[in-house]
Amino acid sequence: MASVGVAQFHQVFFEESLEGLDVMESSLLALDEGGDSELVNTIFRAAHSIKGGSATFGFPEMAAFTHEAESLLDELRDGRRAIDGTIVELLLRTVDCLRGMFARAQSGQPLNNAEAESLRGQMAAALGRKIEPKAAPSRRAGDHADAWRIDFRPHQGMLAGGNDPLRLFRELAALGELQVQPVLDRLPPLAALKPAQCHLGWVLELGGPATRDQIAAVFDWVEDECELTIEPLHVVADEPAPAAGVPAGKPPAAAAVHGAESGSVRVSIDKIDGLIDLVGELVITQSMLDQFREEFDTAKLALLQQGLTQLARHTRELQESVMGVRMLPIGSVFNRFPRLVRDLTQKLGKQVKLELVGEQTELDKTVLEKIGDPLVHLVRNAIDHGLEMPDRRRAVGKAQTGALRLEAFHRGGNIVVEVSDDGAGLNREAIVAKALQRGLIASGDQLSDEQVAELIFQPGFSTAAVATDLSGRGVGMDVVRRNVSDLGGAVAIRTRSGHGTVFTITLPLTLAIIDGLTAAVGREHYIVPLVSIIESVQARPETLHRVTGGGELFRFRDEYLPVLRLHQLFGCTGAQAAIEEGLLIVVEGDGTRVALLVDGLIGQQQAVVKSLEANYRRVGGISGATILADGSVALIVDVAGLIRLQSRSKAA
Amino acid sequence: MARILAVDDSVSMRGMVAFTLRGAGHEVTEAEDGQLALDAARGSTFDLVLADVNMPVMDGIAMVRELRTMAQYQGVPILMLTTESHTDKKMEGKAAGATGWLVKPFDPDQLLATVKRVLG
Repeated sequence: MASVGVAQFHQVFFEESLEGLDVMESSLLALDEGGDSELVNTIFRAAHSIKGGSATFGFPEMAAFTHEAESLLDELRDGRRAIDGTIVELLLRTVDCLRGMFARAQSGQPLNNAEAESLRGQMAAALGRKIEPKAAPSRRAGDHADAWRIDFRPHQGMLAGGNDPLRLFRELAALGELQVQPVLDRLPPLAALKPAQCHLGWVLELGGPATRDQIAAVFDWVEDECELTIEPLHVVADEPAPAAGVPAGKPPAAAAVHGAESGSVRVSIDKIDGLIDLVGELVITQSMLDQFREEFDTAKLALLQQGLTQLARHTRELQESVMGVRMLPIGSVFNRFPRLVRDLTQKLGKQVKLELVGEQTELDKTVLEKIGDPLVHLVRNAIDHGLEMPDRRRAVGKAQTGALRLEAFHRGGNIVVEVSDDGAGLNREAIVAKALQRGLIASGDQLSDEQVAELIFQPGFSTAAVATDLSGRGVGMDVVRRNVSDLGGAVAIRTRSGHGTVFTITLPLTLAIIDGLTAAVGREHYIVPLVSIIESVQARPETLHRVTGGGELFRFRDEYLPVLRLHQLFGCTGAQAAIEEGLLIVVEGDGTRVALLVDGLIGQQQAVVKSLEANYRRVGGISGATILADGSVALIVDVAGLIRLQSRSKAA
Repeated sequence: MARILAVDDSVSMRGMVAFTLRGAGHEVTEAEDGQLALDAARGSTFDLVLADVNMPVMDGIAMVRELRTMAQYQGVPILMLTTESHTDKKMEGKAAGATGWLVKPFDPDQLLATVKRVLG
């Protein structure tokens, strides 16, 4: 029963410990740059909490490991050891190692591995000692007796400390037969007697099989608040200690943490209070509307309308607040970058100053979890390819230290995350040469700077002359773009030769609700996300072109866009086949524009996204489904997916 | 059943302590650091205080010292939750006025046994 109760706190323990490790890491990095001693306290507290928690929640290996780190930190805190690069490095690796242990704990694997062992050894060596198993306490003569005489003289202040002699006697009585004799020799005259002080002493006799240790344990809290002697009345011969004195190890915690991936969100009290207020308002509105159920006449129409307006407002507010529950500051993702930048620049011999802006900007938890990898890739690229070596920077008249900036902010209904550097910018010649070599462009093509920049998002594109082990392994910008577009976002690039590069990631505020345009296709309704729509137009015959191979092109401004007939793609019956009779929605996904043919537009609406994958299966070109006001189901078009689908069928 | 104030900056430890004590029928108030615990203690009376040692803002030792200056907390049991390696912390806690301690790691049964030991 008890263990089930404790198991529910495992996940909380994992989460707070991972947060603690983040704090340790960022504080260590700050310490490395000459931070103050309060940082050491912060690091110590985090390590101490992890140690205490891991012991309590059944991870003794982790507790033992953290104990070494804590001892090191203790020496730093007391000033017995100087803070230098070596020790910071060692502690940073400890943080990494603990993260690994937590990952293994969550998936129920053994916690220790060779790395952990070696690191623990290194810490012990730094502390100047070897790790040895604890010796069992040796047994003294006179630990066993048939009966004991205990002389107990509390100091006057013992009662104020919350220790009641009655409690001690109660405990002793549980060990055997107890006789209590008060000693009154210190009792002052009545006038001098202070009732809150302890003036009495006691002589106690305890019969029974109790050991000296058991008796001493009763007095453990008052050792320094009394005079205490424990003497055997009848000594018995020492028996050999029972062999099985070691408590059985706790069962592995693996089973208890099953399904840890489901995850949880920590929500501030303010947000929850806001929600409760709103629900309160909603209940009031509901009861107001309820009165119309029994009797209604036209005289009450104005009241009813007022009630409905209120209901609409509360519902919208409630919706926004509930969405807010899933929103977390992007700082938790940004926090990993100081370490990454430090390690990378050290490895490459570059000098980079990292600036983080807008860490408080909130993002949907799912988006937050998935945006980390693309950002890591962009930051690595910026340091590896974008920012120059210090001497090169000096030679072109720039500051020796390069600037790298991560910034998050709101723009319209979106969150924008920018990664910018003041490095060399994209190398147009190298990209064009590579694209030619890969056959992505023809030698005669006249490409704008924008088009050249777009080339780096092609699969397998990498321009590093020598592929380093950091980036440039061919898994590149195409994966970044794919990941971001899976989140319903987009990546754009701005670059200026010699001045640097800016990557702009635009993300939706939430994945749970989208703003969309409902379009009719035959008897079906489809929802096209508003973010991907450029324009919707009635096609005139002169703007349409048929090319050999069966494709249709629509001239939009100065571009020729392929026409995707939704009714053909999704096999809808009863739709408009003639383009001139229908409507073209010009959309953009992954930097490519196409025109979607639909019968007509129904209107704009917010759609609550339901997963198609979870309820049916994944369908290419569809990102989910939603329920319309009339109860029917409409599918939500995944524009980037449609374009990929189209280009594959073209290639086939 | 007793009114107990549980003070720990670690959500999981505090949660475990509070859950166990509530399960045994006690009324538990939680506080995240020493300062918040003092605020809670001023506005109410408790039969027992359980406090972690290492906490931000105000640590457990300073908290005990402050509590013992308040008239209504003379003689109220205060237990420090401390780790084995910090024997000196036990003594520091005692000197500040703590009644006793409970050594981490402890399981729910040990916690309840210790609470029973103090409250009877």
